[in-house]
Amino acid sequence: MATKLIYFAWVRERIGKPEEDVELPAGIETVADLLRWLKSRGEEYENALQYPDVIRVAINQEHVGHREKIAGAREIALFPPMTGG
Amino acid sequence: MAGAVVPAIRIQREDFDVAAEIAGLTRGRADIGAVVTFSGLCRDEQGALSALELEHYPGMAEAEIGRIAIEAVERWPLQGLTVIHRHGKIAPGENIVLVVAASAHRQAAFEAANFLMDYLKSRAPFWKKEHLADGSEGGWVEAKEADDHAADRWTKQGQ
Repeated sequence: MATKLIYFAWVRERIGKPEEDVELPAGIETVADLLRWLKSRGEEYENALQYPDVIRVAINQEHVGHREKIAGAREIALFPPMTGG
Repeated sequence: MAGAVVPAIRIQREDFDVAAEIAGLTRGRADIGAVVTFSGLCRDEQGALSALELEHYPGMAEAEIGRIAIEAVERWPLQGLTVIHRHGKIAPGENIVLVVAASAHRQAAFEAANFLMDYLKSRAPFWKKEHLADGSEGGWVEAKEADDHAADRWTKQGQ
C-alpha cells in the first residue's frame, strides 16, 4: 500500500517536491525508521534530513514523536519546527 | 462545564477586522463581561523586510488549532473564542494572527488568549519565510526555544 509523504518549508525545498507516494519497504516500523530510510534515498533527502532530530512529523495530520509506529498511516508529513503565530 | 462553546477557527489568506470579530462574539449577549484580543502583526526590523510568506499545512492547520482551542474552552470558562490565522504573503504592519477570548470575568479571557498564542507558536503547522527589501529571499525564520518553553509552562504549573 502506498503511503503519501508531504513536505513543508525547507524540508520541501531541499527534497525538491511538495509530496510523493512511496511504497515503504518491509521493516520500516517507526517514524525514526522512515527518516533513516528516506535519508538514504539520495543527496536531496540526505540534505533535508541531515539532522533527523529537528524534523517534526505528523501522521494523518496529528503531531507524533519519532518512536511512533507508522502502520496504517495514510499521510505522513515532515517539516521543520513551526514558526506561526 | 460550559461545553456549549464552539470555537470559531479560520485559516485564510485575507485580512481580518478586529472590531468586527469582537462584535461577532458579543452581539446580542449580556453575559460576557470580558473580551481579550491578541493580534500578531508582521514586524520589520531595521527596514530590511519586504514581506513574510506564511506556508501552512492545509487541513492540519485547522485541525491542530481546533484541538488547542478545545483544550482552552475545557480549561477556562469561556463564552466565546475566535482564532484566525492568515497564510500567504504578508507585508510589515499587516495582521497575521488573531485570538479573541470572551468570558464573564477578565482572568479566564486573559489566560485563555495567552495559552492559545503559546500553543499556536509551537504546534500550529505554519512556517514563515522572509522576503527582503532588496528583492532577495531571506530564508526561513528559525523557531525560538523560548516559544517552546512558553508553551511548556502551561503543563508544568499543574493546574
